[in-house]
Amino acid sequence: MTKTITDVICPFCGTLCDDVEVVVSDDGKQLLEVYNACVIGTEKFLHSQSKDRVTRPRLHQPDGSWKEISYDEAAEYTAQMLANAKKPLMFGWSSTNCEAQSVGNEIAEITRACCDNTAATCHGTSLIAIQDIGLPSCTLGEIKNRADRVIFWGCNPAHAHPRHMSRYSIFPRGFFTSKGQMSRKMIVVDPRVTDTAKMADVHLQVEQGKDYELLNALRVAFKGEWLPDVVAGIPKEKIREAADMMKSGRFGIIFFGMGVTQSLGKNHNIDEAIAVTKDLNEYTKFSIMPMRGHYNVTGSGEVFAWQFGFPYAVDLTRGFARYNPGDTSTIDLLIRGEVDAMFTIGSDPGAHFPISAVKQFAHLPSVCIDPHLTPTSGVSKLHVPVAFNGVETGGNCYRMDNVPIDCRKVVEPPEGMLTDEQFLIKVRDRVRQLKGAA
Amino acid sequence: MATINVNLISGRSIQQGVAIEGGKEKPAYRTAAGIIELDPSDLKKLGAWKNTNVKVTSDFGSVIVKATETSQGPHPGLGFIPMGPWANAIIDPNTYSTGMPTFKGVPVKVEVAINEPILLGIELVQKLCGVK
Repeated sequence: MTKTITDVICPFCGTLCDDVEVVVSDDGKQLLEVYNACVIGTEKFLHSQSKDRVTRPRLHQPDGSWKEISYDEAAEYTAQMLANAKKPLMFGWSSTNCEAQSVGNEIAEITRACCDNTAATCHGTSLIAIQDIGLPSCTLGEIKNRADRVIFWGCNPAHAHPRHMSRYSIFPRGFFTSKGQMSRKMIVVDPRVTDTAKMADVHLQVEQGKDYELLNALRVAFKGEWLPDVVAGIPKEKIREAADMMKSGRFGIIFFGMGVTQSLGKNHNIDEAIAVTKDLNEYTKFSIMPMRGHYNVTGSGEVFAWQFGFPYAVDLTRGFARYNPGDTSTIDLLIRGEVDAMFTIGSDPGAHFPISAVKQFAHLPSVCIDPHLTPTSGVSKLHVPVAFNGVETGGNCYRMDNVPIDCRKVVEPPEGMLTDEQFLIKVRDRVRQLKGAA
Repeated sequence: MATINVNLISGRSIQQGVAIEGGKEKPAYRTAAGIIELDPSDLKKLGAWKNTNVKVTSDFGSVIVKATETSQGPHPGLGFIPMGPWANAIIDPNTYSTGMPTFKGVPVKVEVAINEPILLGIELVQKLCGVK
């Protein structure tokens, strides 16, 4: 007999879908089927069952081979590395739970590390903009029930957040949006005709990197002032059409993604997008929300902010928290060659950092805590596989709208495997001994 | 042999998302992310059939990927490499004091490299870092 577990949380993207159903074997040791999740979420659940999974920590040998070691030895290696480094970098945190993040922060404090999460390469610039001018935001539930104007700016949820549109933003029938997609107008701003853009009422195919200009032109159009014939590749008539569509709604939402955060202009693009939202509130109700990528990158920001006062790029080397993106941010620290040990958890900088930054940590003492084999584990000295958070262990996570949701354990991890939190507690206890901390 | 200049962006594709969860050591990851999506008009200028191996070079490095015809076009003059080690071998690491590298908007040159192999993800990073 098999068991079906309902209301499972999907640990892939920031949408954090909470309606997944998983079929497990009677003894709870095997995950057999996944329902309701998107194709990426399904793959994540099923990959935990793969037979070729690494289940014990491995040390990279000089000849390129790997030597299997115990979790205790791995914890000792990690603790020694962090305790002996002058300026260790603890990066990642976005694919693990808040409990593990909190233990990690204790280690960072004792070892005076720099700590950062994957916002470094996704919404870090959004966080700078939010500190600049604030963020009029809301929850995804409000969007489902109220939003009749939905703008996707520089994001492609059809690929990156596959169930976002069906659960919250475009298709669901809400309290004031009883006709589902018929009650909503959709605007997409993207330099490509993405699969999201193909569904839009209005697609503004902006010239890549000209988002600031187009946002600024929209602010002009709201006020009915003069516009040049073409701005950022878009004719002024189309800009006015989009502006009128936004103003005429009852409740609007701007979702923005990497198209604005990673293009030149960066935090200033977001500043302007937030200013557009502010302007629109003179005519109707409008909100804005970053499309967070990892399922718990938001939680990592929350835990950092709660414990250190800043949401990412925290430098504890002086014994207190400093925050200065460009100085204390991971990519800059690595490229300047300032760190002397690299600790990675719940992310894959090897694949997702510019190669010049990866080259810097590939030759440092390094530990990679990740259930998967990744480019990061491939260039790290120690790889510590752990249980999949959200599949083989539960824990608190934050959805992209800052709503905390507890992930659920649905299946047992392979025998003898530790969770992120259990491994970090071992490291923390040993680091305390080494540093003589209380 | 013809070369073309395009503006490179990187980002998520659903195939890349499935492949990273399926295992980055597997060839499926290379199939999903070791590609550059080009507009049909740019492929024509390049004089290449779709699914030809090409060398993409920026001021920051070069990488071999497969040139595919975009399914999310038209976007003449724009190339798209899904996020991953292939894109990151050539993107602009400058953060301009924001902490964020310039993953989108990198001028690159594309040329046919029909006999060059496309490396697997982990292999590519290890080779570029001089590990292994």
